[in-house]
Amino acid sequence: MSTVMLAGSTVDVDPEGFLEHPEQWSEPIAEEIARTNGIQSLTERHWQVVNFMRTTYLESGSAPSIRSLGKTSGVPIKELYELFPKGPAKLAAKIGGIPKPRGCI
Amino acid sequence: MSQRIVILGGGTGGTLVANRLQRQYGDQASITVIDRDDVHVYQPGLLFVPFGLAEPQEIVRPRHAQFRSGVDFRIGEVDRVDIAHDTVHLADGVEVPYDVLVIATGAVLQPEETDGLIGPEWGRSMHTFYSLQGASDLRGAMAGFEAGRLVVNVIDMPIKCPVAPLEFCFLADWQLRQRGVRDDVELTFVTPLDGAFTTPVASSRLAGLLREKNINVESEFATGRVDASARRLHSWDEREVPFDLLVAIPAHGGPSYIARSPGLGDALGFVAADRHTLQARAAQNIFVIGDASDVPTSKAGSVTHFEGDTVVENIRQFLAGDELTGFYDGHANCFVETGFHRALLIDFAYEAEPLPGRFPERHLGPLPLLAESRLNHLAKLAFQPLYWHVLLPGHDIPGVSSQFHPAAEPRAQQTSGAPR
Repeated sequence: MSTVMLAGSTVDVDPEGFLEHPEQWSEPIAEEIARTNGIQSLTERHWQVVNFMRTTYLESGSAPSIRSLGKTSGVPIKELYELFPKGPAKLAAKIGGIPKPRGCI
Repeated sequence: MSQRIVILGGGTGGTLVANRLQRQYGDQASITVIDRDDVHVYQPGLLFVPFGLAEPQEIVRPRHAQFRSGVDFRIGEVDRVDIAHDTVHLADGVEVPYDVLVIATGAVLQPEETDGLIGPEWGRSMHTFYSLQGASDLRGAMAGFEAGRLVVNVIDMPIKCPVAPLEFCFLADWQLRQRGVRDDVELTFVTPLDGAFTTPVASSRLAGLLREKNINVESEFATGRVDASARRLHSWDEREVPFDLLVAIPAHGGPSYIARSPGLGDALGFVAADRHTLQARAAQNIFVIGDASDVPTSKAGSVTHFEGDTVVENIRQFLAGDELTGFYDGHANCFVETGFHRALLIDFAYEAEPLPGRFPERHLGPLPLLAESRLNHLAKLAFQPLYWHVLLPGHDIPGVSSQFHPAAEPRAQQTSGAPR
């Protein structure tokens, strides 16, 4: 675990840059993580996914997979990949300030 | 007072729980098991069928014959569970009320969730070995495969037995070498994970084996669709993998009655449960065992077996009005066939990743962990009779604990079993 400065706040992150403590998250932090990962600005659609990920994680203790996101977030999988190129579940989790989805074992 | 315990599913979990409860309660409880058919498949055997190393009829037995007398086994299709009224509704209109419900209906294959997978080529150039029919069909296709691109694709996680697709690669490599055609086949493992396995030490060990055997790995590949006529896998991020013979592990989900039972399951139809007590989040009198649950460990027979202790203990305490103390620590134990009469063994839990060492005793073994050996392979073969004669009847397997015991030295181990 290491500490970094994001949007003026000190936060704890894992080696891949995922926040260790979801309560340290804020919207400006999300914007900054997005920019570092190639998303210049977060649109309403991005926020829909990020907020959905975050809420699901905080309620259930685990982040949804891409397939569940496609079924339940209101954003189809194809669009998820357009919004968050490469890995929507991982990137939306990182922006949403929740731990890296473990995949499944 | 006789308690009504209803168990949905007569596979590994449903059978061993029914038998343990029957032994515990005798006439004090009525135990009913409901399944849609009477065919119990020894699922670890499916891996061997495509290679002619097991016959389909050898790995199948009737479900009803696996129960102790006193267990009422019924064939029926579940329509839904009415959680508020403690009643299971069957598709034929019959209502089955319960005091305690055990969900043991496993995971179902959902090849229809992937665009292009089901069609005229399914069963011809595109197969799976995750069903009895699929494994049997694939045997012919493997036997006739002489040259070209053989692709093994995990479509999405979670899947049952996440090491089985790797084992398939290892056994395919072995069979192709035996037949003298290995140099003419390009063998590729395509996975949505970022490596061969989910945990770092096992992943790197397994990646080493894949390299040694000249098996390519295409990782972080989320299959979006299959173009059957052009024989190509397409990922959502627009990568492509061509194949001549595809062995797909379809997406998995819960059976459809879960979705018709509001509050019971998640978006994929897995039942939300406490990872330690295995009590469903939807109701205190519902418990979940095996592949049906959403607990974060492998969907594997060993997990189901180890969960059995917890489920039986917690049902007893629930019915007695006591606090639940049965505690499952995520223990899983998987033999990984690597071909050439060898296997490696991994042993892990929620808070302990698979590491090298020995099993079941840390120093004495005799089985080496995370290392290939002939003894591990023999142990895997020896397990099948134990499954039917010891595990399903609900007995303990001597020397094997349902709790995880660190195999490595304690300093290398994260704490096991501590609640988060």
